[in-house]
Amino acid sequence: MEETLVVQNVRKNIGKKEIIKGLSFSLKKGEVFGFLGPNGAGKTTTIRMLVGLIRPTSGTISICGYNLQKQFTKAIQHIGCIVENPELYPYLSGWENLEHFARMVPGVTMHRIQEVVELVGLQNRIYDLVRTYSLGMRQRLGIAQALLGKPTVLILDEPTNGLDPVGIREMRQFIRSLAEQEQLSVLVSSHLLSEIQLMCDRVAIMSKGEIIRIDTVEHLLQEQARTYWNVVPINTAKEILINETTVIGEKDGAIVTIYESNETIARCNARLIEAGVLVSGIERKLPTLEDLFIELTGGETID
Amino acid sequence: MINLVYNEMLKIVRKKRLFIIAAIVAVLVSLFTYAQLKQIETIRERIGTTDWRTQLQQQIIDTQNRLNSTGISEEWKKFLKIRLQQQQYYLDNDINPMAPGAPTFMRMFIENSIELFLPLLVMVIAADLVSSEASGGTIKLLLTRPVKRWKILMSKYIAMILSTSFIVFSVAILSYAISGIVFGYGGWNLPLLTGFSIQGEELNTAAVHLIPQWKYLLIEFGLAFFVSLVVGTLTFMLSVLIRSTAAVMGIMLAALISGAILSSMVSSWESAKYLFMVNLRLTSYISGMAPPIDGMTLSFSMMVLATWALVALIVSFYVFTKRDVY
Repeated sequence: MEETLVVQNVRKNIGKKEIIKGLSFSLKKGEVFGFLGPNGAGKTTTIRMLVGLIRPTSGTISICGYNLQKQFTKAIQHIGCIVENPELYPYLSGWENLEHFARMVPGVTMHRIQEVVELVGLQNRIYDLVRTYSLGMRQRLGIAQALLGKPTVLILDEPTNGLDPVGIREMRQFIRSLAEQEQLSVLVSSHLLSEIQLMCDRVAIMSKGEIIRIDTVEHLLQEQARTYWNVVPINTAKEILINETTVIGEKDGAIVTIYESNETIARCNARLIEAGVLVSGIERKLPTLEDLFIELTGGETID
Repeated sequence: MINLVYNEMLKIVRKKRLFIIAAIVAVLVSLFTYAQLKQIETIRERIGTTDWRTQLQQQIIDTQNRLNSTGISEEWKKFLKIRLQQQQYYLDNDINPMAPGAPTFMRMFIENSIELFLPLLVMVIAADLVSSEASGGTIKLLLTRPVKRWKILMSKYIAMILSTSFIVFSVAILSYAISGIVFGYGGWNLPLLTGFSIQGEELNTAAVHLIPQWKYLLIEFGLAFFVSLVVGTLTFMLSVLIRSTAAVMGIMLAALISGAILSSMVSSWESAKYLFMVNLRLTSYISGMAPPIDGMTLSFSMMVLATWALVALIVSFYVFTKRDVY
């Protein structure tokens, strides 16, 4: 698959402090790539470097083959982005905002503006002042703005921030359709695992300025999924389970084992019943971000 | 580039900045017109004549009396002496320096607003050109377009120049139109004296010559435009350096007001003449008023101002193109 955004060994120092410690990753065409990490992990700083707002201390960023530092205008032309909040001019209407940014990109026609407005579904309010928009509408206008120049890479920082549940689902579907139908590479950052899980194909986990893991979502979750057994008596059950699968420990009166497959669960369950253990609940749990973090970083908490 | 400048002008207009400024000018011009009218009436009552020669003679006597009174500072005395010589010159050459009319009012207005009022208006526009984008977060959208950073800043600078032109122009138009209602619209060809130069306590009248008022006004408004541009450029630099528009305005306001205060008390602190704010009264050189510090001339002041503006421009562009945006 074609790589659209390639980041190689990017570092950023502020003063003597190294805040980004050598990131390398790449985005493929038509995939949604998630950036997962707690606040302060360096997600936003990284995104700001990708869009040219911050100059990396070393390393290269190339977009569609153009070096961002050396061929800024050519490289940035292929990027559409929202960095943090979608901040637009409140004293202009939505349409005027789009026109304003369209004037800065060569080859954006009135027709294209109309197109993106329809794409994000803002037709009814587009001539109202942005001041009067809800956060969700601003978010959508932000996306419209990012799509104006027909980018190949779309970078969205916390795109579902401040949206209601319906809005979040719509945004998710929208982002997926952009990747699948328009073949865009989308980079999404978030501190919510559930969001990344539902939206992304691959995910990079960041902590303290480093990427500690890049993998597909299924892989990562599968590996970290757990099964919780509510059983009586616990000790007998534990002996049986140790023979069948990997027991991790006990939590809230339940035995925790690594989730392997549904077949394993069924097999274990059969053994437990055979041995006369009362099974009141078997639950497969995906890790929370916090668990995943503790697991991956060996004890580091979110803060 | 035209598109970028259009964007910037659109933002300035939609923030209603230019409209507010025009309104402020209109209100102030009306106030001054009324004040001027009252002043003329008072003088008329006191002297009991409408003859300008008698008025001027009265003024000369007034000035002489003040000169002879004790307890006035040396600086003030010097200033009065020069004034006196000038008034005498007008009388001797049969020229009415106060001939009423809108152009005379314009002259009075621009001479009094060049130091503080006009710079303040320019500051209102220039202060938030860049800082408002930074504090509003829109700078991130602006800088992630396929446009080089220096071009974005240049478009903002051009927008600043256009707005400054608009301000100076509207001051001219409004002061002419509004004061004309009271004083009449004539008087463009009134001869005025210029070319005074001051050496020590002496008013050097060797180069003095007459020019028609319209030419005189053209020169003064040209100088006012120059001063506005310099103040605009300095404010522009602060706007690049500081995120908060209020802080930019505060600093600039402090500088401008301190300039007005300093001008009246720095005559013995010679190196103060390199400060931009004591050099703003360029029109004084045309009308022959004593400069705040000995040895300051029109070309000196213009050089000082131009240097400040140039440095500010270089700093603005350097910082804006190099810095990281958080």
